[in-house]
Amino acid sequence: MKANKAVFNTLSQVNSSIVHSSKVKLILLTVMTINLSACSSLGVEPWERDLLAKKEMALTSSPVDAALDDHIYFSKEASSGGKSFGGGGCGCN
Amino acid sequence: MNNLNKKSKKTNKKVNLKAALSLATSALLGTSVVTAPVAQAKEADEWQFDSAFLVYSEVDRVSATEAIIAGTKTFDNDEILSLKLTVDALTGASANGAIAQPNAQTFTRPSGNGQYVTPAGETPLDDTFHDTRVQLNGQWTQPLADNITGSVGGHFSKEYDYLSLGVNGNVAYDFNRKNSTISMGLSYFQDTFTPEGGIPKPLSSMLVGDSSSSDWDAEFAKTRISDSEDKSTTDLLVGFTQVINRRMITAFNYSYSMVDGYLTDPFKVVSVLNSDGIAQDYIYENRPDSRVKQSTFMQAKYHFDDSLLNTVADVSYRYMWDDWGINSHTIDTRFTIPVGAASYIEPHIRFYQQSAADFYQPYIGDGKAQTGFVSADYRIGEMTAVTVGAKYGVVLNGGNELSFRIEYYRQMPTNAGFVDPQRLNSVDLYPVVEAVIAQVSYSF
Repeated sequence: MKANKAVFNTLSQVNSSIVHSSKVKLILLTVMTINLSACSSLGVEPWERDLLAKKEMALTSSPVDAALDDHIYFSKEASSGGKSFGGGGCGCN
Repeated sequence: MNNLNKKSKKTNKKVNLKAALSLATSALLGTSVVTAPVAQAKEADEWQFDSAFLVYSEVDRVSATEAIIAGTKTFDNDEILSLKLTVDALTGASANGAIAQPNAQTFTRPSGNGQYVTPAGETPLDDTFHDTRVQLNGQWTQPLADNITGSVGGHFSKEYDYLSLGVNGNVAYDFNRKNSTISMGLSYFQDTFTPEGGIPKPLSSMLVGDSSSSDWDAEFAKTRISDSEDKSTTDLLVGFTQVINRRMITAFNYSYSMVDGYLTDPFKVVSVLNSDGIAQDYIYENRPDSRVKQSTFMQAKYHFDDSLLNTVADVSYRYMWDDWGINSHTIDTRFTIPVGAASYIEPHIRFYQQSAADFYQPYIGDGKAQTGFVSADYRIGEMTAVTVGAKYGVVLNGGNELSFRIEYYRQMPTNAGFVDPQRLNSVDLYPVVEAVIAQVSYSF
């Protein structure tokens, strides 16, 4: 009887883990679908780009500052890049 | 009358600066320079220049000055040419990797020519650092098809002991009424390092003694393995940007970077201590010859309305991890706040935290013989860093922009769990590094 219970417990654990993983997959799929459909509904019409077109709204609003900062942090820290290429370029690291 | 003439000449000179730069750029490129004065003036209008002068100065350590001039020209059909010249000069002292001691310490310069003494209780700094670097970048961007933009670029950088050559290519695809963009880029760098004094033999002892003796050169040569070493870097970057609404845009990047070749710092040593914590020897560091770095990057920009002074907030986060055991978090925040009709102030806060590489050790204890990889370079040790600063910009008559930036950068290395010998309690093994960054920029 005990053995049966153990088997039952294991089976139910397996079952629940299958249910669990399929649930996770379902959630992931739903999130991805929502994201994708959300992306297509996100955004603006061309005539609504007044603010986005401003220089300060560019993702890199000052490329010169960004280049200078990248050079400093590349030579002083163990990380580089991420926003743009983090490649070589100087013997400072 | 004479004075008047002089004045008008001066004004002409100013107006012609941009035209002259445009002509010089055309000449450098080898593109045909139109000789008719009217055509020259028209061409000159199409170049946009950004220039900057920056001073980076660490307390008691390295100072660097850097000047940049970047020109961008948009041709018909939305083709864009960007060229950038960077010149920088570095002087001052840099940590050599050895730790502070209760007594004075003597080190040999990386070139093998002479020695320097670090006083008791102070972090050993090699004060022979000076270098000048010239860097050239060129980038060509153009539409390839409807909604597809392509870009190719080149990089050249040369300093006294270092040469770096690079190429890159990018493709971007816009969709969803240009509200979404997927991009992919590849870059490749080939670097050659030729330090004065050659490349030290990893883990060999630094030769310290009488550098004027007759057998010094022969003994020093025994600690060297070659005159130069190479390194290559391949980067892959995949990006996605999404306009959320009229006020907000977001970006997501993933990057994969492979670095192969000589990744050791030839100027860095590691202290070898006896059981009392006193340095017996200094050995040259040894790093793996490959490194794979990956990172994810997220950024959001938001344009607030009148109630928050039309401020633009720029917030980004980067998570980086590599196969050396280092991972890092970077949070970068800027607020561009308009002041009056033609100027702005931009506070900036950056927070950075990294864990130590697996082979990082502040020193080697108990005089153990070292095998494998080891480095005491604090830049791959555990560390937190903070940058706080502000920029003030003003748009002048004619649309040219002048800006000033001042920032304070503080690196705070921390103990990654090493238990130090008691004798070392009196010295600072993880000294704080402070720097000031000052910059003037002018766009015309």
